Amino acid sequence: MSLDKETVKKVARLARIRLTDAEVEKLGPQLSNIINFVEQLAEVDTDNVEPLANVADINLELREDVVNDGNCVDKVLANAPEKTQGYFVVPKVVE
Amino acid sequence: MSNLTHLTIKDALKGLENKDFTALELTQSHIDAMAQTKSLNAYITETPELALEQAKASDARRAKGEAGDLDGIPLAIKDLFCTENVQTTAASHILEGFKPQYESTVSQKLLDAGAVTLGKANLDEFAMGSSNTTSYYGNVINPWRRKNDDKDLTPGGSSGGSAASVAAYTAMGAIGTDTGGSIRQPASFCGISGIKPTYGRCSRWGVVAFASSLDQAGCFARTVEDNALLLRTMSGHDPKDSTSAKKDVPDFVAALNGDIKGLKVGIPKEYRVDGMPEEILKLWEKGIEWLKSAGAQIVDVSLPHTHYALPTYYIIAPAEASSNLARYDGVRYGHRAQESDLTDMYELTRAQGFGDEVKRRIMIGTYVLSAGYYDAYYIKAQKVRRLISEDFTKAYEKCDVLLTPTAPSAAFAIGENEDDPIKMYLNDVFTVPASLAGLPGMSVPAGNDKDGLPLGLQIIGRPWEEETVLKVAHVVENLAQFKLLECGDLK
Repeated sequence: MSLDKETVKKVARLARIRLTDAEVEKLGPQLSNIINFVEQLAEVDTDNVEPLANVADINLELREDVVNDGNCVDKVLANAPEKTQGYFVVPKVVE
Repeated sequence: MSNLTHLTIKDALKGLENKDFTALELTQSHIDAMAQTKSLNAYITETPELALEQAKASDARRAKGEAGDLDGIPLAIKDLFCTENVQTTAASHILEGFKPQYESTVSQKLLDAGAVTLGKANLDEFAMGSSNTTSYYGNVINPWRRKNDDKDLTPGGSSGGSAASVAAYTAMGAIGTDTGGSIRQPASFCGISGIKPTYGRCSRWGVVAFASSLDQAGCFARTVEDNALLLRTMSGHDPKDSTSAKKDVPDFVAALNGDIKGLKVGIPKEYRVDGMPEEILKLWEKGIEWLKSAGAQIVDVSLPHTHYALPTYYIIAPAEASSNLARYDGVRYGHRAQESDLTDMYELTRAQGFGDEVKRRIMIGTYVLSAGYYDAYYIKAQKVRRLISEDFTKAYEKCDVLLTPTAPSAAFAIGENEDDPIKMYLNDVFTVPASLAGLPGMSVPAGNDKDGLPLGLQIIGRPWEEETVLKVAHVVENLAQFKLLECGDLK
């Protein structure tokens, strides 16, 4: 399958990555190549095969429902590009 | 360059205990070596002051008789592990300046054992690559060179800085991560040993996530025994990582008894791929002979879905990456584009912050997870992943361990294989299958190609049987008598 420009732009929008026209031109064939490469899997008979999501043979456990973290606003905000009064600041969302 | 840097971890621990030298001297000699090999670009952030402080504290502990298992040993930490108050970049512009407020579990365990941390080793951006040429902070140069050729070679990747630092004697050992071969392939390219343990053996807490169902921490050292020492400290259950296993950590060092009599070593026929250099096939044959001579029994096995491992990986890893990397939105940490509209801010932050390979993989991941394609690609890949995993299970009914080449080539020159992403992906053809199955794998240097470059052999074990992997690797190491890079060879 080959990814046309519109598809590349749509995927970029979903991934929230702004692409220049030149990047769209370049990425189209590269992504198409990779998709063609992975499409080899179509040859494999996977009828009645369960998907394998994780190899870890570990049962997820519930822990005690107690507070064991928190009260570290300064640490949480330490790397924020912009912050004020204990909050992250983002561009205005609601007019 | 001081000889102290050429010691093994084991001998350095002995020397420290015998008061032949101090941790401070050992650390200083490594800091000097780092300064002399700066052109390798093996480190993104060097922390000499911190290292010297840690070394002094180590000497004080030893004087009081309170030395830990790795007390005073200088190590390099892949810059994918979060280190408290020390910049952690994942080799990406998007995390430039990020100072974690916490320490990853694995690096904390090393610190608790008394290790000295020299700095944050360079890598492929977000560990996505096999050549360490996707780092925002520049390429890492392999300390090895071809005979009769002065081209800069790649150290492999993604843990290229970790491998190069150990090969160039600027660290006694290093920690790395392996998602599809990121420890084993650079170990092979740099002529050192490296092990990726079973998925779940080491905690992933505080490791910048790439593909969570595959990522696993591991280590590099110049000997198999040193790897065993490091791994023993790094391993173990962590309540902060629900996929870390509640299993006792064996004494990996004690496993290295050289006794492989009667051990069944499987040779998977599918790993004889077209176009593989003759010298790698020959080295593989030699490895088989070595193990036979040590009393192992050689068994032919088949892993019929091997051919599908790379395409499976290149759906699953990008899919998980696209989801994991969604967190880089310019709000909580790292780079942020100055825009007054929220969507513009997100899109430009990510456009400016991510490099080409990372963008490519996020795009592939987003595509294969998008509506209408999810079943055809992602679920399909998960099904084939099960078949690949079952191949190993069946093979292990006939054998205890597998022996294969680590990579289909020796180190290549920087810039080679870059015209086509698929070509680069083929580097991991022998390492990806074990990753998909979550199995422990180790690369041990076993010989050289016609240009004098190191070649590694890979030992793959059953889940949780790192002891067998290390034991077999140790036998190969002893019989191969591989010559490490010498000090005079360093440029």
